[in-house]
Amino acid sequence: MVKVFVERENKLIKINARTAKQIMEILKVNPETVLIVKNNELILADDLLKDDDELKLLSIISSG
Amino acid sequence: MPCKNCLQKPVIKLTNSNIQLCKQHFIKYFEKKVLNTIRNYKLIEKGDRIGVAISGGKDSLTVLNILNMLRNKTKKFEIEAIAIDEGIKGYRDKTLENAKKFCKDNNIKLHIFSYKDEFGDTLDNFLKKTNMKACSICGPFRRYLLNKKSKELGFNKLATGHNLDDEAQTIIMNYFRRNIETSARLGPITGIVNDKRFIRRIKPLYFMTQKETATYAFLKNLLVEFNECPYSIDSYRGDVMEMLNNFEAKYPGTKNSIITSFLEILPLLHEHYKNYTPINNCKICNEPCSQEICQTCKIVESLKNKVKKN
Repeated sequence: MVKVFVERENKLIKINARTAKQIMEILKVNPETVLIVKNNELILADDLLKDDDELKLLSIISSG
Repeated sequence: MPCKNCLQKPVIKLTNSNIQLCKQHFIKYFEKKVLNTIRNYKLIEKGDRIGVAISGGKDSLTVLNILNMLRNKTKKFEIEAIAIDEGIKGYRDKTLENAKKFCKDNNIKLHIFSYKDEFGDTLDNFLKKTNMKACSICGPFRRYLLNKKSKELGFNKLATGHNLDDEAQTIIMNYFRRNIETSARLGPITGIVNDKRFIRRIKPLYFMTQKETATYAFLKNLLVEFNECPYSIDSYRGDVMEMLNNFEAKYPGTKNSIITSFLEILPLLHEHYKNYTPINNCKICNEPCSQEICQTCKIVESLKNKVKKN
């Protein structure tokens, strides 16, 4: 299980997934609207994740 | 797969390509592309006194950061920052703190103007007494103040943080609303060279996507957190943005194609609309507008006549 913090909804959830791409599909988050952060570093949607990894999906919608 | 240029771990995969870049090479790529935009479209000339419109968000701080670097390097133009405080509690107060801190740390002069001082109340309070949508008030008010105050401060250009996503949305919105004449006033540099009533606008991030800009801001530590305007959810723009993001995810490169197609027809739009809508001066405030009274004064008058709703 991977822990994911969804900034836009301000909640932490546990998900069974191997990549951030899968997580975004499960959560119905458009990849265009977030940055994926692991240990304070950016990772790619296809990077393989391990059990207990903690991710953040940072919302990047601009609104002036 | 490592970075295209070295063996480091990549932080981004560029849109519609298989190119992946590490932190260092992405920052280089981003800054070079912005500088190319500035050069190719002659956004900045020697002796310019540029106001940089900042909200404290990722886009505007990215522009300010890059223009500040360029100014320090070339010393050929001046920059100062200008911010508008609409009065959106829990949002603008936070982003303005970001803006103030950045300007202080980088020794950039910052001017802040508020709706409360200029129009009599905050956006939050205006919305309590009208059914108008937030963006319908905020857009005209903000554009009005930025133009007016830039003239008062002696700027000859105003740089904004509009990125490729913003521009693609505006182009599509103008199509959907049959507002093509407005599109004739888009592009990396806008405004009329010889009309001093309008400050020319420049958009250094014109070819940078929202994702690239956010990535740059994150890597450069320009933001503590990403904030979203509480009123943006209802807007027409929000719907167009969602549609384009869905398209982009399914058909990568869509937004970029909207921009490049638009730039091909922009010269034709300029030619077609060159004699349209003569510019008057508003009878109330004397600011330039297309009708007798400007949109901002119309809104101010309509808000004055509203009684507070409970």
